[in-house]
Amino acid sequence: MSVQAWTFLFVALTFSLYIGIAIWSRVRSTRDFYVAGKHVPPLANGMATAADWMSAASFISMAGLISFIGRDGAFYLMGWTGGYVLLALLLAPYLRKFGKYTVPDFIGDRYYSQTARMVAVFCAIVISFVYACGQMQGAGIVFSRFLEVDLTYGVMIGMAIVFFYAVLGGMKGITYTQVAQYCVLIFAFMVPAIFISILMTGNVIPQLGFGSQLTEAFGGGYLLDRLDGLSEQLGFPTYTEGQRTTQDVFFITAALMIGTAGLPHVIIRFFTVPGVREARKSAGYALIFIAILYTTAPAVAAFARANLINTVDNVEYSAMPEWFSKWETTGLIRFTDRNGDGRIQYTGDAATNELDVNRDIMVLANPEIAELPNWVVALVAAGGLAAALSTAAGLLLVISSAVSHDLLKRGYMPEISEKEELLFARISIFMAVLVAGYFGINPPAYVAQVVAFAFGLAAASFFPAIVMGIFNRRMNRQGAVAGMVAGFVFTALYIIYFRFINPTVDNADNWLFGISPEGIGSLGALLNLLVAWTVSRVTPEPPAEVQALVADIRRPEVD
Amino acid sequence: MPGRNDDAYWKANIRLVLSLLAVWFLVSFGAGILLVDLLDNIRFGGFKLGFWMAQQGSIFVFIVLILVYINRMDRLDARYRRSGADREDSSP
Repeated sequence: MSVQAWTFLFVALTFSLYIGIAIWSRVRSTRDFYVAGKHVPPLANGMATAADWMSAASFISMAGLISFIGRDGAFYLMGWTGGYVLLALLLAPYLRKFGKYTVPDFIGDRYYSQTARMVAVFCAIVISFVYACGQMQGAGIVFSRFLEVDLTYGVMIGMAIVFFYAVLGGMKGITYTQVAQYCVLIFAFMVPAIFISILMTGNVIPQLGFGSQLTEAFGGGYLLDRLDGLSEQLGFPTYTEGQRTTQDVFFITAALMIGTAGLPHVIIRFFTVPGVREARKSAGYALIFIAILYTTAPAVAAFARANLINTVDNVEYSAMPEWFSKWETTGLIRFTDRNGDGRIQYTGDAATNELDVNRDIMVLANPEIAELPNWVVALVAAGGLAAALSTAAGLLLVISSAVSHDLLKRGYMPEISEKEELLFARISIFMAVLVAGYFGINPPAYVAQVVAFAFGLAAASFFPAIVMGIFNRRMNRQGAVAGMVAGFVFTALYIIYFRFINPTVDNADNWLFGISPEGIGSLGALLNLLVAWTVSRVTPEPPAEVQALVADIRRPEVD
Repeated sequence: MPGRNDDAYWKANIRLVLSLLAVWFLVSFGAGILLVDLLDNIRFGGFKLGFWMAQQGSIFVFIVLILVYINRMDRLDARYRRSGADREDSSP
């Protein structure tokens, strides 16, 4: 069977599974729609959180990015896992104890203010949209490459599927589809990784293969030493050494960690479990499930890099395998024979380099480069789609609940009935799918880059406001609102200035304290904290009932 | 008074969280970023220690931290729930 036939088979199978789950889990109440009735067991919530969390960027782009930037890739690896420690220790249990439906719910009630609620609604919608566009684009890339359908149609098929289960089943549908999607995506990520690890190092476990010796066919010696050697030989930066400054890596890692803990679509997953104990437990499960992929990704990055160089460098263009020309037609690989010798020279020097490789294809093409069986190659497509769609659905639900629950029911239209609220929730998810799809077809930048911005914004707005809401009883509405606005505006302006208004000055000489736009969210978070704290000291303390609410969040849960 | 009990519970909770966060900071920002070049002088198998901490090791430590937290909090909750019901102060 050809790769394409296998791909169609896997995609069709997984999609019918998702639709089946959607029909089984359709809901009739807002409680089911927003938080799956708070019946989700910790193990299932752990898997759902992992799928919700691991996006097209984690699945498709991350290993590719790492394979091009080497050690600095650690900020993705540590940032996107270390945030779970913050989430588990500082947020999840308390927010579950608080026990409402959304993040703006908490902000609005804790800061006894409609303004605070609306600021939170605004932040939640912007962050989730930015993030959702990246997912739709990711789904489009997979469709267009593997099923050879036009990117536009690819995005539309993805939209239709998400629309179907999110509108019917709300959080309940999304949760159980995400459990299935986790299984699909982790299987799809691990099978090629294991195959390649065996092929290149003889070690079944890719995490260990990463530190093992290469087989004779690949030149022997430790994989990482070999990579360092190849990098030096071809004029690339040394793989196991950093390129960015220490402070930049520090701030980017911090921004990704704090952002992770502040992302509304991750936080709301902890509202779906029965109690505080289960919230803590599911944070543990979630990190374990995530770590399976995240400890494999750096290994895949190294394998892919070594393999790519082995396959292409100084080899005749006419001798390139089939995958090379297939990826050439998508424009993701480009070869220009500068010196006219008919061979590919792949070097770190822009003047002599003849090969441009898009980072996103390192995971997508890796199984083909390693000449794995067709069914393994096809798995990657199903996995990439599962990763993109599961995250997109979680994000769309945040947007929908922010509109129907926070903006309407608890904001401007408190008189609507539950039935009407549910209808509004479904309408807003429909609108959100359309807008995200539009930006998926007309994307602003690389998938992972777009997503990185969402983190900066989440780090600078939500995380400080929620943490202070729990740990600082004296924090009041004036402080929280001023802090969120300051953090969000500062971070957004910094990113917009360097990435969109004046990209020519986007380099370390012009950055504030040498912090790149990816890392600025951590400074935004700090600014938020400082502004909030200062403002709260010169304004009245929160009313007694709010202080009682804080005291209650801190008390151990009663069975 | 349940109030005093709540305070003791909260303090024990904060102590636990702060000590776990100290480890969290040391392995990620410490070993993985600030001291990475220094630790790279130590090798095991095909890994340089600093590089490994940055790309893999810290993640394993994160898991352990959350598991310890789950376990300790369950015990803390159980103790204070019981003593709260008896209206007794238990010394931590």
